[in-house]
Amino acid sequence: MSIRKSRDWFSPDYMEQKPKKGASHGLHPLDNYLRKDRIPHIWCPGCGLGIILNAYLRALKDSDIAPEDTAVVSGIGCSGRAAGYVDVDSFHVTHGRAIPFATGLKVGKRDLVTTVFSGDGDLFAIGGNHFIHAARRNVDFNVICVNNFNYGMTGGQAGPTTPTEAPTSTTPWGGFEQPFNLPAVAAGAGAVYVARWTTYHVEELIKSLKEALDKKGFCFIEILSPCPTGYGRKVGLKTGVTTMKHFKENCVVDNDADPTEVGLDPNKPKSKIIVGKFVDREAPTYQDERGKVFEAARKKLGVE
Amino acid sequence: MMKPGVHFMDGNTACAEGAIAAGCTFFAGYPITPASEILERIANRFPELHGSYLQMEDELASITAILGASWAGRKAMTATSGPGFSLMMENYGLGLMTETPCVIVNVMRGGPSTGLPTKVAQGDVMQTRWGTHGDVGVIVLVPSSPQEMFDLTVEAFNMAEKYRLPVILLSDEMVSHMTEKVEIPPKEELNIVDRKKPRDPPSEFLPFCPDEDLVPPMANAGEGYGVHVTGLTHDEEGHPSVDEKTQNMLVTRLIDKIRKNADDILKYEEYKTEDAEIVIVAYGSVYRSAIEAVDMAREQGYKVGLLRPITIWPFPEERIYDMARNGTESFLVAEINFGQIVFEVERCTAGAAKTYLAPKMGGSIHTPEEIMDRIVAIDQEKIPDFKE
Repeated sequence: MSIRKSRDWFSPDYMEQKPKKGASHGLHPLDNYLRKDRIPHIWCPGCGLGIILNAYLRALKDSDIAPEDTAVVSGIGCSGRAAGYVDVDSFHVTHGRAIPFATGLKVGKRDLVTTVFSGDGDLFAIGGNHFIHAARRNVDFNVICVNNFNYGMTGGQAGPTTPTEAPTSTTPWGGFEQPFNLPAVAAGAGAVYVARWTTYHVEELIKSLKEALDKKGFCFIEILSPCPTGYGRKVGLKTGVTTMKHFKENCVVDNDADPTEVGLDPNKPKSKIIVGKFVDREAPTYQDERGKVFEAARKKLGVE
Repeated sequence: MMKPGVHFMDGNTACAEGAIAAGCTFFAGYPITPASEILERIANRFPELHGSYLQMEDELASITAILGASWAGRKAMTATSGPGFSLMMENYGLGLMTETPCVIVNVMRGGPSTGLPTKVAQGDVMQTRWGTHGDVGVIVLVPSSPQEMFDLTVEAFNMAEKYRLPVILLSDEMVSHMTEKVEIPPKEELNIVDRKKPRDPPSEFLPFCPDEDLVPPMANAGEGYGVHVTGLTHDEEGHPSVDEKTQNMLVTRLIDKIRKNADDILKYEEYKTEDAEIVIVAYGSVYRSAIEAVDMAREQGYKVGLLRPITIWPFPEERIYDMARNGTESFLVAEINFGQIVFEVERCTAGAAKTYLAPKMGGSIHTPEEIMDRIVAIDQEKIPDFKE
C-alpha cells in the first residue's frame, strides 16, 4: 500500500494530485461500500472486526438502504476505525461520544439511517451514561458493540467486560471488578431490540443487523470478537482461529433467554456463551413521541 | 421569530431569541444555573418553529449532540455555565478539529468548581482560549447587555457558519439575568450567514480542502458526498494521517483561519480614548461600571478612556499596541478574576505603557467608585503595577 502524503493546497499541480474516487479494484463484492483507498485496514491478523464490518455491509446491501441515506458513527478504539473504511457519511468522534453525536445527527436528520459502530470500552466505560440514556429515550438508531473483552488499541488493558481471571496489562496481579452483562444493561435501559452473536455466527449476525436496520427505535447488538493480540493470547485463545473454535464449541443459541440470565462467566475467560435475539419489541421512538407532543403544542398555540 | 420592535427581556431570553432569529433549529443542553433560562425559553419556543430541543444526560452529550446536528445541516446551539463548560472542553476540541459550525453559550458564574452558582464572575476567559487540549484558533464574543445577548448570538451563528467552528458567546450571570430594553429588528434587516456548500461533484469533492479564506465548503450528512469526519489529524480528504506534514498543514490552517481573518472578525468599542492617558480595559458586565467610571474621572479632570473588547478572542492586540505608543501611559484592566486579560494587555503594550489590574473574585461587579479609586491611585503612583 502506498501511503498518500498530504498535498499542498496551493501547489500548481494540485488538481493532478486529487485522488481518483470510486476506482474499484474489483476484488470484493462490497467494494461499493468501502473507501477502497483506505484498504487494507489497520486491524491485526485474527481480529474479528473484518468479519463484523463485512456482516454490517452485507446487511446494508440486503436492506435496500441507499448508501447516501446511511451514516456510521464511531468512537475511539479499534472498532472506532470502522467509520473510516465505510464509504458513507461517517464520523469518527471522541472516546465514548459516538452515541450523543449520533443522537444529534439522527434527530437533526430523521431520514438518515444511523449506526453506531464501536467497542465495549468506548460504549460501556467512558460512554456508558450516554448508552443508557439513548436507550431510555429510544432514539431511532442502531448500536453495534464489538466486545473483545479488553482495550485493544491501547495495548490490552482491563475494561468493563473483562472477566476477573483474565490477565491484562493493568491487572498484573489479577482482576477483581465484575464485568457487565451487556444485553441486560441494554434491555434494562429500554432498548427495543437486543441480540448477542459472535464472529462465528455470521449468517445470524447479518440477519440481526438487517432486522436492526429495518427496525424503528434503539437497537443493540453485542458481537463477541477475537482479539488475539491484546487479549486472546493471554487467556489461551492464541489466534483468531482458536477463538472461533471456542465460540463454535461453547455457544448455545437461545432466542428466548432472559437478558438478565445471559451474563458470561464473570471470572473465567472461557465459558458457556448464550447467543441469540433476546429482545424484539415495539415501542414509540423518541422522534415519534416528541412529534406528538409538539403537534399538540402547535394546535394549542394555533400555528401550523 | 419574535415580533420586531422593542421588548423588555432578560439576557438569557434575548440570547434564545437571537438564536431563533439566526436560524437555530437544534438545541441540546443540560440544566445549570445561571444558564437554564436559555434552555427553558428554547424548549418553550421550539414546537411552533419545528425545532429540536434535546435535554441531554450531561454537558458532554449536549455539545456532542449539537456537533452531530450541525453535520445534519442544522444550526445548533448549547448553553451552560462553568462546571458544564469544563465538561464541554473535550468536544469543543472535536468541533474545532472537525470544523463544525455551532454556538456554545457560557454564562460565567463564580468558580473554581461549583463555586458561586448564582453570582457573577469572569474566571473562564482563558478557558475559552486554552481550555481544550492542543493548539487552536477560537472566536469568543462577550456581550454587555441583553440587547447584545440578542445581537451577538446572531453574530456568533454567522461567524460559526462563515468560519466553520464552534463560536463561544461568553456571557456572565449579571448580563444574563439583567432585564432591559431589547430591540428586535425586522427579519429583512438581519444579516444571516449560511455555510458554504460544495461546488464540486461528490466524486471530486475534498471535504477539508479550503478556499482562499482557509475555510472549506461543507457537505452535510445525507447529501451524497460520503464525507468522513474524524477528530484525528486528517488530510483534505478527511482521512486520518500520522504524517507530520499533514499535522503541520492542518493545525496551521485551523489557527490561520482565525488569525488571518482577524480584521473581519475583530470587534471592540472605545469611549473617550482620543486623549486618554489612562485607558480602562473592561468587558461583559464590568464594562457597564467602567463606562461610568470614565465619566466620573473626566469630571474630576483625569484623562481616562475605555476600551471594550467585544471579541475577546481574537483580542484587539494591535489597537492596544498603537495606544501604548501614542499617549496612553497606563492601562487599567477591571475584570472579575485575579488577572486573565491583564496579561494579554501587558503583552500587547510590549513595555510601552504600564498595566494595572483591578481584580475581583466574583459575587458582584466592580462599582464605578472602586474603579475610580484605582484611577486616583494610579495617578498618584500609589499602586505598583500588577506584578509587584
